[in-house]
Amino acid sequence: MAEFGNPEVIEEDVDILLIGGGMACCGTAFELPRWIEASGANLKVRLVDKAAMDRSGAVAQGLSAINTYIGPEQDPADYARMVSNDLMGITRDDLAYDLGRHVDESVHLFEEWGLPIWKTDENGERFDGSKGMTSLKDGGKPVRSGKWQIMINGESYKWIVAEAAKKALGIENISERVFIVKLINDKNDPSKIAGAVGFSTRDNTVHVYRAKAILLAAGGCVNIFRPRSVGEGTGRAWYPVWNAGSTYSMAAEAGAELTLMENRFVPTRFKDGYGPVGAWFLLFKSKATNAYGEAYMEKNKAMLDDYPPYGHAAVPASCLRNHLMLKEMKEGRGPIWMDTVTALANLAQTLSPREVKHLEAEAWEDFLDMCVGQCGIWVGENIEPEKKNSELMPTEPYLLGSHSGCCGIWTSGPTDVGAPTTETEAGVPAHLPQGWNWGYRGMTTVNGLFTAGDGVGASGHKFSSGSHAEGRMCAKSMVKYCLDNADYTPELDTPVEELVAAIIKPAKNFLEHKDYTTAIDVNPNYITPKMLQFRLQKIMDEYVAGVATYYNTNAEMMKVAGEKLDMLKEDAEKMRAKDLHELLRAWENYHRILTAEAHLKHIEFREESRYPGFYYRTDKNFVDEENWHCFVNSIYDKNTKKWTCFKRAHVDLVDKSKLFKAGGH
Amino acid sequence: MPTFVRTEKCDGCKGQDRTACMYICPHDLMKLDKDGSDTGHAMKSYNQEPEQCWECYSCVKICPQNAIECRHYADVVPLGGSVQPLRGTDSIMWTIKFRNGTMKRFKFPIRTTAEGSIDPYAGKPQADMSKIEDNGFFNHNEQNGYRAGDRSELINL
Repeated sequence: MAEFGNPEVIEEDVDILLIGGGMACCGTAFELPRWIEASGANLKVRLVDKAAMDRSGAVAQGLSAINTYIGPEQDPADYARMVSNDLMGITRDDLAYDLGRHVDESVHLFEEWGLPIWKTDENGERFDGSKGMTSLKDGGKPVRSGKWQIMINGESYKWIVAEAAKKALGIENISERVFIVKLINDKNDPSKIAGAVGFSTRDNTVHVYRAKAILLAAGGCVNIFRPRSVGEGTGRAWYPVWNAGSTYSMAAEAGAELTLMENRFVPTRFKDGYGPVGAWFLLFKSKATNAYGEAYMEKNKAMLDDYPPYGHAAVPASCLRNHLMLKEMKEGRGPIWMDTVTALANLAQTLSPREVKHLEAEAWEDFLDMCVGQCGIWVGENIEPEKKNSELMPTEPYLLGSHSGCCGIWTSGPTDVGAPTTETEAGVPAHLPQGWNWGYRGMTTVNGLFTAGDGVGASGHKFSSGSHAEGRMCAKSMVKYCLDNADYTPELDTPVEELVAAIIKPAKNFLEHKDYTTAIDVNPNYITPKMLQFRLQKIMDEYVAGVATYYNTNAEMMKVAGEKLDMLKEDAEKMRAKDLHELLRAWENYHRILTAEAHLKHIEFREESRYPGFYYRTDKNFVDEENWHCFVNSIYDKNTKKWTCFKRAHVDLVDKSKLFKAGGH
Repeated sequence: MPTFVRTEKCDGCKGQDRTACMYICPHDLMKLDKDGSDTGHAMKSYNQEPEQCWECYSCVKICPQNAIECRHYADVVPLGGSVQPLRGTDSIMWTIKFRNGTMKRFKFPIRTTAEGSIDPYAGKPQADMSKIEDNGFFNHNEQNGYRAGDRSELINL
């Protein structure tokens, strides 16, 4: 009889394993069955999600906008240019361009499935998505809250997308509440993926999957830095608190090449609730000011000249907008305000009372669809946005590849857009591919291991819709890979007993030592996942450019951090789990440590400050276009537990000069 | 704003092995206290790790007894406000109460089709294996959303 610490082991052979249940995997789940059917091959698929697909991933709560919709009037090249500039010039144009040409196909499906999308009529009046107006597919006009964003009534966005995914793939091929913690390479060919292992958070079972192809799309990374709120408010992370870096750490341990892990996102959001600001800036035309009513984007405009050309685009890079704001904060002119009162008053001047009422509802819906917590702040502090302004604040750092961030896995791109086929930087380990495509779109540098969404590095700005489209692209390539490798039978490079023992080690640590002390949380033989997370957050916050140092670090601080992380990694072996819930936390935190370490090693290697406003190396406080206009990539050796960082050359595939006005701003 | 469960309203989803809130919570926070040994309230659920709550409201929205509410993060937010939804099949109603007593109500659409009505491949063409390495998806731009792009924008061809 299985019991905690002595689980039943369930082994399963599949052709394709999907890890994750967010937008990316939902896209794959929708696209995959049709290709399998057409191929005539009887490919077996399983999707595993650590939560319930109806509400899993970054879109679980809902969204008030789809942030990537190209529309018939814009070109994928425009999109690739925007992505590049927002991420300080170093992104893969091939990936962004490819996403740009595919993404609207998914958006149109969402509308067909029932997602309400706001529309404007011929007079420019806005209507919510329930009014039966012409669909986007048939030429309906969306409400743009920015050049790339469209507004939706998105409370049930994920619920709708998951319904389509579950029906397409078949509920019998989906396992919820199974948390995958390790990928396994092939015994006979370590360059290949062969399987994955994890455990159920609901019963005492460990799951061992052998698979030819695996899609790893388990989100970005939250809570490696000490958050600004450390009590109950710890949970109010900007990105979902359940995104634990599993994508990056599991890929790294399997030998996949990572890229731009030095990149991070520090969103400026409404203080404490982290409510979205996009609609306020772009739709309601609100301004952000310092304590004295000065608009810092105007006042500190000259600071953009320090970072040509990225500061000179019509919309400067996100990090630079933070950079201008941080000057006000550091020099003591906080708090920073979002002037909602003036914005709504200005809009109300030209509107009828009915329209004003509608505007108020729109402003609240922006939070209620995707960040109810911000409404919690507003009601608790008696903030009505037409009467009282709200504070803005840059958050703790987040690692992700789908929003305004571009860390992730080095991924094979499209072959028809002029991507390099050779590598001009020296120092790339010989076993890694040369150019930007190596046979299967969406595949990592480990054969058979694919990724999408937050997993794909060096692209960014794909958001919910782009992650779905990227997942669909992977469906095609995984089917192709399985057909091309029909004779391959995966064999795990580690015996199953060893894998199981590793997974349940935190449980064993607890069961073996719990009676040594009278209080189970304080015990010299183990560490709770919660305390381990606190230690990680303290190290990252204080030494690796967290909020404690206003996002500053230097080589000496990082050296100290590296020593502390080494010991933390050792102590991770002593994590305890008193139940299945804590076993989940233990493994999430293991994933966080490796992700944090990758972040540190990349910032150390890149001898400049590429993202001012997100982090500063005070010992290299400049952008060095001559030496560092390149990707920083890395591989991890799971046996020696060491990282190797190296450069890869950056090449523009679309002309970036179109972004910049002649002679600066 | 960790969620909390109202003792007198929660019925433990009528003694099923899993409650609706356990099923849905993306972060594995909700737990059914079967014998009351954790909370003193047998066969009722509770939030076992409130400081990890993202306030996503998934449990609040799904609870068949409307037994779950939120008390905004005590380390951040003054007491007294509440934000409570009632999620129906095509819309959601929000009742918002400020600390000072001001009330607001909003109703927003959530979907335009009946829940459970999606037929994913209805009216969709079959995939064409000869195109598996081409751009686009199995349904051949049936959604009219593929943006081929101006090839002259690609400077490295």
